[in-house]
Amino acid sequence: MSPRAAWRLERLGFTDTYDYVGSKMDWIGDGLPFEGTLAEQPRLSTLADPDVPTCGIDETVADARSRLGQWDLTLVVAGPQRVVLGLVRAEALGLEDTRPLVGVMQEGPSTYRPHVTAEEMSKNLKNRPAPYVVVTTLSGQLLGVARPDAIHAAARGNGG
Amino acid sequence: MPTDIDRHEVQRLLGAGAQLVDVMPKAEWDHSHIVGSVHLPLKKLAELAPERLDPSRAVITSCYDSL
Repeated sequence: MSPRAAWRLERLGFTDTYDYVGSKMDWIGDGLPFEGTLAEQPRLSTLADPDVPTCGIDETVADARSRLGQWDLTLVVAGPQRVVLGLVRAEALGLEDTRPLVGVMQEGPSTYRPHVTAEEMSKNLKNRPAPYVVVTTLSGQLLGVARPDAIHAAARGNGG
Repeated sequence: MPTDIDRHEVQRLLGAGAQLVDVMPKAEWDHSHIVGSVHLPLKKLAELAPERLDPSRAVITSCYDSL
């Protein structure tokens, strides 16, 4: 639809026209600001805890264990953008200290976009239960981890 | 000829004063739209664009997704 609009605008005399190919879903999926009724609903962006522990792919089981705190998982991320590469559950951290995380992590965990509503995610979790929901941008950048109980509670509060 | 751009270029152009136009129907606009965008539904574009947009500034069109 937007390519047609861009061409139409050119015909109307607008000479400097651009088409945002990814459009709204690309923008919202990347966690950028938007408005509307969707913005008023509880979403993964508001339910995800950004303080989930992370490690680099070259770190070890001991490094990950030292950062767990109250969490029972850590995410393996790359670069300053914190692109999610893998997930390590606390059970795997009982291995020897020097074991590289790359050998114990779950590669490519399922991730969800920040605009997904609590209601949608709650329904999804009822069909496919999971202990946590990893939230990333379209580019794979970590935004946080949301807990199913918080998602279900938010969905109930919203009539879900 | 309109130029295809990604979100990074959108952000750069908006910072430089471009106008962002959402051409979706009203129900879609009410559901969600990018902050700062102008709503000009495709079916009313020719009628509304001359009065709502500044032809001296860049214009970016946006809809739902890439499909």
